[in-house]
Amino acid sequence: MTATIVVAGGSMGGLRAAEQLRAAGWTGAVTVVGDEPHMPYNRPPLSKEVLAGKAPFESLAFTPRAAAADVEWRLGTKVVSARLAERTVTLDDGSTLSYDGLVVATGMRPRRLRCPGPLTGRHTVRSLADAQGLRDELTRPDARVVVVGAGFIGCEVAATAVGLGVREVTVVDPLPLPMAGPLGELLGRALLRRHEERGVRFRLGTSVAGFEGEDRVTGVVLGDGGVLPADVVVESVGSVANVEWLAGNDLDLSDGVLTCGRLRVGGRPEVVAVGDVARFPNARYDAVPRRVEHWSIPTDTAKHAAKTLAAHLAGAETDPAPFAPLPTFWSDQHDFRLQSFGAPALGLDDVRVLDGDPSGDVLVGYHTGGLLVGVVALGGQAAAMGAARYRAQLLKQPALTA
Amino acid sequence: MKVVVDMNKCQDHGQCVFAAPDVFSMDDTGHLLYVSDPDDALRDEVEEAADVCPLQAIRIEG
Ligand SMILES: Cc1cc2nc3c(=O)[nH]c(=O)nc-3n(C[C@H](O)[C@H](O)[C@H](O)COP(=O)(O)OP(=O)(O)OC[C@H]3O[C@@H](n4cnc5c(N)ncnc54)[C@H](O)[C@@H]3O)c2cc1C
Repeated sequence: MTATIVVAGGSMGGLRAAEQLRAAGWTGAVTVVGDEPHMPYNRPPLSKEVLAGKAPFESLAFTPRAAAADVEWRLGTKVVSARLAERTVTLDDGSTLSYDGLVVATGMRPRRLRCPGPLTGRHTVRSLADAQGLRDELTRPDARVVVVGAGFIGCEVAATAVGLGVREVTVVDPLPLPMAGPLGELLGRALLRRHEERGVRFRLGTSVAGFEGEDRVTGVVLGDGGVLPADVVVESVGSVANVEWLAGNDLDLSDGVLTCGRLRVGGRPEVVAVGDVARFPNARYDAVPRRVEHWSIPTDTAKHAAKTLAAHLAGAETDPAPFAPLPTFWSDQHDFRLQSFGAPALGLDDVRVLDGDPSGDVLVGYHTGGLLVGVVALGGQAAAMGAARYRAQLLKQPALTA
Repeated sequence: MKVVVDMNKCQDHGQCVFAAPDVFSMDDTGHLLYVSDPDDALRDEVEEAADVCPLQAIRIEG
């Protein structure tokens, strides 16, 4: 039998892993198992252009690199369990695949609210099917929309809904400001004002206690006793890692799958993890393993993990350079963009305006011990370019802990 | 190697400029400029640029 690498998860992380294995010199078989029926597609437009009806599916599909043309794709197939000691995975069609190397790329699924009330009319946005279903409902005449969760996806969906002309869009969150967890109060306040000016309503500082309605949702019951009338509810209250299939292998699955700085799982040189599901230490910052749900991470982790795995399977030394990606994300809402480089969440105690003004275009710096660890721009293109100018500085910065 | 950027898709994220500065750049107003027939020695750079484009707007031909 020829040597095989199995990639579990057929989205961006799975695709990039397959491509990077070829780039790292792996010539053996690669089989990607993905439970969605589609070839890998780009998720960020799901809460933006796809909801707005501006992006047909063909425009979302990734174009795989030519070097990965011989990768085998088993779509619409779920990995249900793994026996790492025997180097096998079992699929939901009953078959078992043996592997020499395994890549964990199963990503996340939306967390759901567990409170009483009907389920119909309640949506999440993670997959293409989710986005298409939500779009159909948002375009119902006079829909009243309640978004639960004022994080990135919730705020993007609210902005898109207002752009579609939805009559009433209300965002509910127990925290006092939108996106303040990752971005801090200064930008949280600026974002709240911008959203309100463009027609989004907020009910902050209160949780959701339940849903009203017989067969489908007619209202959202708030923790403070109030009720918001609702025809459509979007739950964007965080995500849960798809790791159940790895159970029983003595792994740390407490929040995604724990890896070492080489992205190896469970100390096994033949198992690596990539993308949203990987909880890895970033040598740029410290030794604390974290999951990072940013679009840049599947590509960064795939490159490093593929080198780790291909070198091991070839009996070669692994690259000694520690994994130290510079995280980057963006978020498009209404007519403005957030653009971030670095790790703002590590510098929330010392937030300074670097340029501009929170009422207009603004560039914000996040510091730890006086050291810049992240920048976020809010506004138009000029602000985003301003953030990009700090990228080189962030890259040159010494590691926070040597 | 030929590089084609779908300018209808491009939203000037600039990630390609970091990945392949020899091929992609931004003008003073923040709009993308690129070399459409870069040297083959730059293939790795250009493939990386295509990977990191959030809009999937970069295509490599040949
Ligand atoms: C709506 C939305 C908007 C976003 N917008 C932005 C943005 O503007 N900017 C930004 O930086 N990032 C954004 N992101 C984040 C970015 O899209 C993710 O970081 C990225 O998709 C992670 O890729 P992944 O391959 O690791 O995981 P996923 O994309 O979650 O892929 C995992 C795949 O594995 C499959 N799978 C799960 N379990 C199994 C199993 N047992 N067997 C087989 N297959 C399985 C899943 O169905 C899925 O196809 C957004 C994400 C979403 C959902």
